Amino acid sequence: MTEIVKRASAGTMESSDVYVEIEPAETGLTVELQSVVQKQFGASIEAVVQEVLQECGVEKARILIRDRGALDCVIRARVEAAVLRGKEG
Amino acid sequence: MRRSLLFLPGNTPNILINGNCLGADAVIFDLEDAVAPDQKDAARILVRNTMKYLNFRGCEVIVRINSLDTAYWQADLDTIVPQKPNWIMLPKTAQASDVQTVDAYLTALEEKLGMETGTVRMMPLIETALGIENAFCIASASKRVGALFLGAEDLTADLRCKRTKGSHEIEYARGRMVVAARAAGVDVYDTPFTDVNDPEGMAEDAAYAKAMGFTGKAAISPRHVETINAVFSPTAEEVNYAYEVLEAIAQAKAQGRGAISLRGKMIDAPIVTRAQQTIAMAEELGMGKGGQA
Repeated sequence: MTEIVKRASAGTMESSDVYVEIEPAETGLTVELQSVVQKQFGASIEAVVQEVLQECGVEKARILIRDRGALDCVIRARVEAAVLRGKEG
Repeated sequence: MRRSLLFLPGNTPNILINGNCLGADAVIFDLEDAVAPDQKDAARILVRNTMKYLNFRGCEVIVRINSLDTAYWQADLDTIVPQKPNWIMLPKTAQASDVQTVDAYLTALEEKLGMETGTVRMMPLIETALGIENAFCIASASKRVGALFLGAEDLTADLRCKRTKGSHEIEYARGRMVVAARAAGVDVYDTPFTDVNDPEGMAEDAAYAKAMGFTGKAAISPRHVETINAVFSPTAEEVNYAYEVLEAIAQAKAQGRGAISLRGKMIDAPIVTRAQQTIAMAEELGMGKGGQA
């Protein structure tokens, strides 16, 4: 299991990017999503975020996502970078 | 065939994701100068994912890693090499041992990943006075080296001179790079033209680089790609002449003649070699006789 020990962020609010913030949580995963394409792709984006968190071994964290129309590969990269930064001592 | 090599900043998604449709023969994902030190980690993950999930077929992928005097280059390679980039560009390459250091690291990584040794090629970026003087040794330092790349901005800072549009200050470096690369049997790429609002200057600079013997030229803006591609492609007239040369040679051979002339000029071995190179490039570009695509 990967433990998130501090608040960390990755990405930007530029077009085609996504801003991801992660912070420690006592239990479970909470994903808060805001997206310019929330209605059309909100569920799909959240599924991608959950998948990356699972791949990274994160079981407890609160994640804030501000999406600016990012492709899945970008969302994956930004979530992974936020996890990497949040787990560092 | 690489005529145009387009730099794309490694931490900017809206540019990276469109890299494969900007017309360049190769894209250079930049993890070095275009990325702030506190974003190196995020950029290498983003570049890795761009390569992993997006289709760059028909467009070679070059990744400019960070230089050997930083703490980043090994992590860059660890993250990027599994995606099999065509080339790794090593900035500030100054001597053969720089190439050999990265070569050894790549070999170990390829072995660990089950990749054939030498899958990832190297394009040393030469941008210091020492690098220019060692250009042939750098080009010959490893079988991975398939091309040299001239970086004039850092070079002129190292030479303590101004970078000008006339580029007289880099004439020696350009000439030395071309000779060193050709002597080592590798390609050679010219530094980008940095004024995006001067298309005429851009075209002149590219034509000059081609005339000196460069294989192609880098671009920092997609607006330069079309011009570079046009300059480094053979013209219809060049293609026609190349076919005429080869036909004249074939006829002379059939008639048992040794010396031949075409359009009043002797056809000798270098002219035949150039004609063959022109036709090979034209065929790669889908240009037939008459230079039509």
